[in-house]
Amino acid sequence: MPKDGGIGASTKRREDVRFLTGKGRYTDDINIRGQAYAWFIRSDVAHGKINSIDSSAAEAMPGVVKVFTAADFAGVGGIPCGWQVTDRFGKVMQEPKHPVLADGKVRHVGDPIAVVVAETLEQARDAAEAVEIDITELPAVVNMKAALLPDSPKVHEELTSNLCYDWGFVEENKAAVDEAFEKAAHVTTLELVNNRLVANPMEPRVAVGDFESHSGQHTLYTTSQNPHVIRLLMGAFVLGIPEHKLRVVAPDVGGGFGSKIYHYAEEAFVTFAAKALNRPVKWTSSRSEAFLSDAQGRDHVTKIQLALDADNNFTALRTDTYANMGAYLSTFAPSIPTWLHGTLMAGNYRTPLIYVNVKAVFTNTIPVDAYRGAGRPEATFQLERLVDKAARELGVSPIELRRQNFIKPDQFPYQTPVAVVYDTGNYHATLDRVLEISNYAGFEARAAESKARGKLRGFGLAHYIEACGIAPSNLVGQLGARAGLYESASVRVNATGSITVFTGSHSHGQGHETSFAQVVAEMIGIDAGQIDIVHGDTSNTPMGMGTYGSRSLAVGGSAIVKATNKIINKAKKIAAHLLEASEGDIELKDGKFTVAGTDKSVDWVGVTLAAYVPHNYPLESMEPGLEETAFYDPSNFTYPSGGYACEVEVCPETGKVTICAFSAADDFGNIVNPMIVEGQVQGGLAQGIGQALMENCAYDENGQLLSGSFMDYAMPRADDFPMFTVDHSCNTPCTHNPLGVKGCGEAGAIGSPPAVVNAVIDALHRAGRTDIAHIDMPLTPSRVWSAMNA
Amino acid sequence: MHNFELVKPSTIAEAVAALGQEGAQALSGGQTLIPTMKQRLNMPDMLVSLTGIAEMKGVCKGDGGLHIGAATQHAVVAKEAAAAYPALAKLAGGIGDPAVRNRGTIGGSLANNDPSACYPAAALASGATIVTNQRSIAADDYFQGMFATALEEGEIITEIRFPIPEKAAYLKFEQPASRFALTGVFVAKYPSGVRVAVTGASNDGVFRWAEAEAALSANFAPSALESLSLSGEGMIADLHGSGDYRAHLAKVLTKRAVLAAS
Repeated sequence: MPKDGGIGASTKRREDVRFLTGKGRYTDDINIRGQAYAWFIRSDVAHGKINSIDSSAAEAMPGVVKVFTAADFAGVGGIPCGWQVTDRFGKVMQEPKHPVLADGKVRHVGDPIAVVVAETLEQARDAAEAVEIDITELPAVVNMKAALLPDSPKVHEELTSNLCYDWGFVEENKAAVDEAFEKAAHVTTLELVNNRLVANPMEPRVAVGDFESHSGQHTLYTTSQNPHVIRLLMGAFVLGIPEHKLRVVAPDVGGGFGSKIYHYAEEAFVTFAAKALNRPVKWTSSRSEAFLSDAQGRDHVTKIQLALDADNNFTALRTDTYANMGAYLSTFAPSIPTWLHGTLMAGNYRTPLIYVNVKAVFTNTIPVDAYRGAGRPEATFQLERLVDKAARELGVSPIELRRQNFIKPDQFPYQTPVAVVYDTGNYHATLDRVLEISNYAGFEARAAESKARGKLRGFGLAHYIEACGIAPSNLVGQLGARAGLYESASVRVNATGSITVFTGSHSHGQGHETSFAQVVAEMIGIDAGQIDIVHGDTSNTPMGMGTYGSRSLAVGGSAIVKATNKIINKAKKIAAHLLEASEGDIELKDGKFTVAGTDKSVDWVGVTLAAYVPHNYPLESMEPGLEETAFYDPSNFTYPSGGYACEVEVCPETGKVTICAFSAADDFGNIVNPMIVEGQVQGGLAQGIGQALMENCAYDENGQLLSGSFMDYAMPRADDFPMFTVDHSCNTPCTHNPLGVKGCGEAGAIGSPPAVVNAVIDALHRAGRTDIAHIDMPLTPSRVWSAMNA
Repeated sequence: MHNFELVKPSTIAEAVAALGQEGAQALSGGQTLIPTMKQRLNMPDMLVSLTGIAEMKGVCKGDGGLHIGAATQHAVVAKEAAAAYPALAKLAGGIGDPAVRNRGTIGGSLANNDPSACYPAAALASGATIVTNQRSIAADDYFQGMFATALEEGEIITEIRFPIPEKAAYLKFEQPASRFALTGVFVAKYPSGVRVAVTGASNDGVFRWAEAEAALSANFAPSALESLSLSGEGMIADLHGSGDYRAHLAKVLTKRAVLAAS
C-alpha cells in the first residue's frame, strides 16, 4: 500500500484544503429560506429578581415576529445535567432547575431573559432595546468560601444552601490518610488557585432550528462536539421530541475545547421557536456573547498536602478543593472536579494513601464545565507544584524526588489508591527523554548567559498522567453518568471498492477525516483516498457519543477497527467462494485476497463487486452487500503520560516572564499520524501556557465579568511562544484497545501549566528569592513583580 | 449598529459644515468609534468621514518640524516619518496590528485621547502643536484628562506639527490582552531641555514627568533617574496592574528610553 496513507504516516490533513480555501461549511453558513433571526436579551446583573417583562412595544416594531419569555416555556423541561454525583455521606448532589429562559430570577450576567425573533438581526436588536425588563438586583454570590457561609444569599432558593455536593474520595481512606500525616517525617502544604478560563474557540456558537410541519420533523444545526448527545438531551429532557423526529447536524465546527459538548439553552430555543413560528430560526453568537454564555473552565481553590517519610518517599496525599459550578449545572459539570480530577491524584507516583475532598459550589457566575483537560489539569497542576515545593523544602532536586517516587516500569499494570488501574507507562523514560531534548545539561551555561543580560533564568519540570479514552460505560454508570460512553462506526463498502465510514466521533479540528481514513487504509491495504469519513449528522451516523476527553481514536477509532474487521471477515468469505478455497486459507494483503501458498488471488474490487452484483455468490449462506456497524465500549481508560520541561527568563525590573524553550516528551502509545499528534500537542501547550501566564476570567464582587472581551482577556498569540520541541518516541502502547493508542488532545494543556510555574519559581529561587514559594496563575508581569516586591 | 448616514467631504470646509448638523460625528480611522457603534454604545445619526480630505493627509517637513496631516494612517507615519523623526515613526509602527495601522489615524488617536494610546505621549513629549480648523493648540494645553481634550464641539484636528528632537525614544510595556500601553514613556531631548511624557498609567491620561525632565535635562543618562520615583496615587489600577506597578514601570521605561534614544 502507498507508504503515505497508512498508520504511522504524517499524511497532510485532507480537511485543511477546504478550511484554508474558505470552503468549510460551518453552521453560520447554513441559511434556510424564510429563516428569522433570534436575539437574546441577557441579564446585565449577576443576581436579580425579575419583576416584570413588557414586550408590547417591541412586538409592534418593524419586522418583529415574536418576543419569547419564560412564560412561553411553561410546558417545557429545563436544561438537564448529565451526571449525578453522590456525596461523602451517600446523598445525591443538589440539582437546581435550569430553565431555558430565566424564570423569575436571573443568576448570572448573561443569563437569557427574553428572545426577540425578527425578520432581520438588526430588527431583532432594535426591538430588544424596546423590551422593558424590571429587575431588582440582589446581592451576588461570587466567592466560593463566602457562598458556603450560613448567612450567604442563595443562588437557588429551592436548595438548602449553595453547596452542590461535598465529595470525598476515597472516603474509606480518610482515617488512614490522616494517620499517615501524623507519622510523617515531613509535610509539604500548598494553597493555590486554578484560574477560571474562557474556552474561546475560533468559531462562536451558532444554532439554526428548522421544522417541517407536514412530517413533524425537527432539525437542529448546531456547533456541537456531539450531535447525538444533544439529540438525546434536548429531545428527551427538554422539548419532548422523539429521536426519530429530531435530526441534529453539527457540520464543520471551528474548535470546541469542551465548550461545545454541552446542551445550551440557545439550541433548545431555536428548535422550539422553529415549530412555534413554523419557520426556521437562526441564532449566531457574537464574541461578546460567547464570553457571557459559553461554559467556562477550571476555577478551583485548593489546599493540598503531601506526607513524606524520612527517606523522602511519598506516604500520603490529601487535598481540599472548592470547585465553582457557576449558577447552573452545565451538562457534565459535576463530574469534572470529582471523577475526572480525584482519580488522577496519584499522578505518576506510588503514593499509597490518598484522600480528595471537593466541595462544589453554586455562585452567581457563568456555569463552569469541562475545558481541554477537564479536571486532569487541575489535578496535575496542584500535584506537580506540590512535589516541586516539597523538593525545595527538603533541599533535594525536584527531578530526583520525582524519579524516586515514580511508579516503576515493571509495576504496570498499576493499581492506584484512587480506583484507576494504569495499564502501561514508563515515566523514567519520558523523564530522561525530556531532560535530553531540553538539553538540561546545558542549563547552567544558559542561566549564566541570562544573568549577564540581567535576566533570571529558571528550569521547570512537570510530569503528568491523564485518563483518556472516556470511558467504560458500566463503570461511569456506577459513578453517576447518565449516558454511556461507547463509540460507534459504520463502514459502508461501495460496489466499486471505495469506502464511506460513518463515525459517531466528531471532528472539530482533530483531523479525523485524515487519520481515521489512514486506519482503514492500513487494515484493508487500499489507498486512503478511496476512503471518506462522515461525521456530525444524526440522520446518517449510528448513535455516537462524540469527541472530548481525548477519546476519538481510542474509542471511536476502535469502533472503526471493529467494523472494518467485520468487513474483512465477510470479504474473506466472499473471496473464499470466488477462489473456491477454504475461508481459513484466505490472506488479505495490500488490498488483495490470496489463497495461502498459491498464486490464486482476487483483488479488493473483485470482492466488493461480487458483494453487490452477487451472480457468483453463496446467497444461501450469506447476505449480499458489504456494510457493517460496530459499537466499541472500552474496558478501561487509557493513560497517556509525559514529561514537560519549561525554561523561562524573568525580568527582575518588570516581572515579565518570557518562555525561552518548552520541551514535551509524551507517551501516547501507538501513533497513527505523527504530524497531527504534534499539532495537537502544540495547540495544547499554547492553551496551557496561556493559562499559566496570561488567561484569566475575572469577576468583580458584584459578579460583573471584568474580562469580557479580548481587550481584557489575554488570549495568547503565536509570538507569545517560542518554537516548541515535541517528542513522542517513548511509547508504551495501550494494552486494551486494538490500535494500542492512548489519546493526545489534552496532554499539552494538562502538563504545561505546572512546568511553567515551576520554572518561574526556580528562576526566583536561584536569584535568592526563596521566600517566594508560589504565585497564582496567571503569572502576569504585574503578579510576578508584586510577588517580588511584596 | 444603528442606521446612520455617511458623508465623505473632500475639503475641510465641507467637513466642518457637515459636522454642524444635529447628531453628526466625525469619523477618522474608526478604530474606536466603529466598535462602540457595533456594540450600540454610540449611535450617531451621521458620520462625517475625514479620510477623503487630501489636505489632511501626508507627512512633510515644514516650519518648526515635521507636519503630519491628521487623517494620515499610522502605517504611513511609520514609513514616511522614519527619516525625519525615527522615534515617532517607530511608535506609529508599533500601534495595534497591520489592520489597525492601515485604518487608524494620528488625528483620530489624539482626538480620542485614550489614556492607553501611544500618540498622546509623542505629542506631549515633543511639545507638538495640534492644528485645528480654528486654531493652533500647544500639546501642553491640549490634553485635559482621560478621553478629554481642548477640542470644542465641531472642531477638528487638521494637522499635527512635531518639533524634531536631537534624540528621542518611545517604549511601551504592553498590556497582555489588548497590547495597548499598560505604561508607555516617550523621552525627547531638545536643545531647550528634555521632555518626558507617560501614557497608560494615570487616571488623568497622558502626563509629563517634571522631575524626570529636570534630572535628564541636567544629565541625559539613566543614572540621573535613580533617586526619583513616581507615586502610585492617581494611577490606573485594574486587572492588569496596580497603580504602584504602573508608577514603577514608568521609571523603568524612562530609563530604558534614555538608553534607547537616538
